[in-house]
Amino acid sequence: MDTPLIDLDTVAPVRVRTSTWRRLERNWSVRIGAAVLALLAIVAVSAPWLGTIDPILIDPVNRDLLPGTTAEVMTLTGESFKHTFWLGSDSFGRDIYSRVLYGARISLLVGITVAILSLAIGLVIGLSAGYVRVLDSVVMRIMDGLMAIPGILLAIALVAMWGASLLTVIVAITIPDIPRVVRLTRSLVLSIREEPYVEAARALGTPLVKLLYRHVLPNTVAPLIVQGTYICASAILVEAILSFLGVGLPTDVPTWGNIMAEGRLQFQQYPHNVLFPGIFLTLTVLAVNMLGDGLRDTLDPRFSKRGDRP
Amino acid sequence: MSKPVLTVGALTVRLPAGADRVHAVENVSLRLNAGEVLCLVGESGSGKSIIAQTIMGLLPKNLRASGGHILLGDEDLLQVSDERLRALRGEKMAMIFQEPMTALNPVMRCGAQIDELLAQHTSMSSVQRRGRVLEMLAHVRLPDPQRMYRAYPHQLSGGQRQRIMIAMALILKPTLLIADEPTTALDVTTQAEILALMRDLQRENGTAVLFITHDFGVVAEIADRVSVLRLGELVESGSAEDVLRNPRHPYTQMLLAAVPPLTPKKAPVADDAPDVMRTRRLRKVLSSGGWFTTRRHVIASDDVEVHVKRGETLGVVGESGSGKSTLARMLAQLIEPSAGDIEVDGQVVTRLRGAQAHAFRRKVQIVFQDPYRSLNPRRTVGAAIAEGPINFGASRREAWRRAEGLMKLVRLSSDALHRYPHEFSGGQRQRICIARALAVEPEILIADEAVSALDVSVQAQILELLDDIQQRLRLTIVFITHDLRVAAQICNRVVVMQHGRVVEQGPVAQVYQSPREAYTRALIDAAPGRSFLFGVAK
Repeated sequence: MDTPLIDLDTVAPVRVRTSTWRRLERNWSVRIGAAVLALLAIVAVSAPWLGTIDPILIDPVNRDLLPGTTAEVMTLTGESFKHTFWLGSDSFGRDIYSRVLYGARISLLVGITVAILSLAIGLVIGLSAGYVRVLDSVVMRIMDGLMAIPGILLAIALVAMWGASLLTVIVAITIPDIPRVVRLTRSLVLSIREEPYVEAARALGTPLVKLLYRHVLPNTVAPLIVQGTYICASAILVEAILSFLGVGLPTDVPTWGNIMAEGRLQFQQYPHNVLFPGIFLTLTVLAVNMLGDGLRDTLDPRFSKRGDRP
Repeated sequence: MSKPVLTVGALTVRLPAGADRVHAVENVSLRLNAGEVLCLVGESGSGKSIIAQTIMGLLPKNLRASGGHILLGDEDLLQVSDERLRALRGEKMAMIFQEPMTALNPVMRCGAQIDELLAQHTSMSSVQRRGRVLEMLAHVRLPDPQRMYRAYPHQLSGGQRQRIMIAMALILKPTLLIADEPTTALDVTTQAEILALMRDLQRENGTAVLFITHDFGVVAEIADRVSVLRLGELVESGSAEDVLRNPRHPYTQMLLAAVPPLTPKKAPVADDAPDVMRTRRLRKVLSSGGWFTTRRHVIASDDVEVHVKRGETLGVVGESGSGKSTLARMLAQLIEPSAGDIEVDGQVVTRLRGAQAHAFRRKVQIVFQDPYRSLNPRRTVGAAIAEGPINFGASRREAWRRAEGLMKLVRLSSDALHRYPHEFSGGQRQRICIARALAVEPEILIADEAVSALDVSVQAQILELLDDIQQRLRLTIVFITHDLRVAAQICNRVVVMQHGRVVEQGPVAQVYQSPREAYTRALIDAAPGRSFLFGVAK
């Protein structure tokens, strides 16, 4: 080729932009929220090795012990050993500490699974509704109908219909959350669809599916992650409420909700039944919400998507 | 000599750490006398808006003036209290901004917004205030002041909103008016009216005006004195005549050389060259409203007939709302016309579907206006350029090889293929977009205001690059623009559009020098600084 008329342009970075990871690391809400959740996850996973006993072991001899009491525990096989009831025991003699730690597993599992499921399903529906005009009105009216039903009542109805198990509880909590994700995704897609780079991809003959996957989807991820954390917090709460009302998981599976439900009647005399699971629940939901706030402040597309403007 | 209204002395504003330079503005001194218009010119990033904001006390929190003084009359604006600044704003100094839509409160009626200003600074009764506001609205030449008083900002046109802003700024008769690119977002005919209005009002009240702009045509129209800024430093200052005709600093000379003259450069292509694209009675009707709201129809394109010969550059000029962008998108097959046909190489391509439509996509490609939004921020530059060829069956390796060649063609180094768009400047991004469009080897390239968002020096580079590419690749270009100078620089023939219709078309020299239609004549007359020859001493 002939020599160019102007020299080859050097490509120096015009402005050094702090990488997303670094900004995430520096945000205090993200740090605290993530730290608390990580701690909780570790505790939940290593529950068997943290001084717990079988959470469903009933021993009426040790009922209603105050927090910190040490007593003899007799297992079903007849062995007995000394055990300190750090958070006391309930009216059946079950160790609250063990139940709370094992309950953490359920809460985290439900929260994360519901968040992931609702994001995945809502994303697919929202992408199609946002991009394909014909589908838009139909899908959104269905979602409006679904949103009109109060989430908890819907969850109760679904669990009553399908019977109480971990799977049905998860699905029952996911369904009311899907419309919110669909709405968010659809509004994101509507604005991204008008961006020049999407038009350029169309002009270059990019097929629809690749367009959605390569150009639209990656730019919706950040706000959706933020929404996901809020869904997680809400799911943990809803599961606790369902268990509290007695329409969630059966009582032989300890969850924070049903620990509180069973301790409700004795709250005046033995508040530790309700107090400790309540504290854990509060801290977990708070941590998840803090994480969500921190992520939103860092990942908000207004600040992270556009390149440097002069 | 009377005391100057505004004296800026050695003003320095620091930028926060991590920015591309230490100071936004360094050691800048200006002087503005009563009744004078000083134009502050510079490219983007030169710091001109920062100076305006510092004077008004509107700097964002992370920027501070670290040195110098700003004397308005006798007071140093950098030393006075916030309360005093608030009192001074509106009474002694006022500012009008570029985007009148965002500068006006959308939920308050226009009259009420001006009234608020009077209520705060004067002790007039409400009847007196209303009278004064209506008087001012008539003064800025708004038709039907009563209706304008009751109107909301979104009900008015851009030019009308800007007049409201001017009314608000001048109603308290300040001694200093700062105008930050007030006409950049307006059509060229509206711009001419607003500039004339500002000049008349300024002369009437003896206001000193600090006019910030990047457009030398506007400077030629309105300036008494000119100061040129570059990367926060003042490089040249003087009377308008001196600076514009006899620039001394090499930067100013470079800028003025980059301004395209209004005299057309190119002759039309040979008459017997074949038509590579033509449209027949192309029509596009946009309708809004759903099942329950009244349907509204806007005719974006009305019976448009244009034709483009192979190897030529056709300009499509018009103001906003003229339908030129709609035409561009119809030609690029991004939207479907409501009626009419488009022919490419003799074949009708309008309502093709599926594989046939896909095959024809290659022939026509488009480059958009905003370089900051034309590239997917999450994909590398190489992936963006390679996408087209891969869609049409090339293997990844072939596509990347072609991408490397194209980067060299647009004069960027090919190891930048692995970088992300945010690492490039506006002009470089636009070159990448051109490379992306060329990757599928189109016959026709549509440039939709492709240089409008760029600084004048970068614009000159891109125009020159397009010319070069056209010659090498025998490309046909359809160049959409609102800027008559750019069209004069690069086009062989030009089409003038208004309200969705073609008003006039022909060789660019003929249309510019002897326009047949009144609208075309009005458009050419309104081009700012048209009689000015930059850089040429009288």
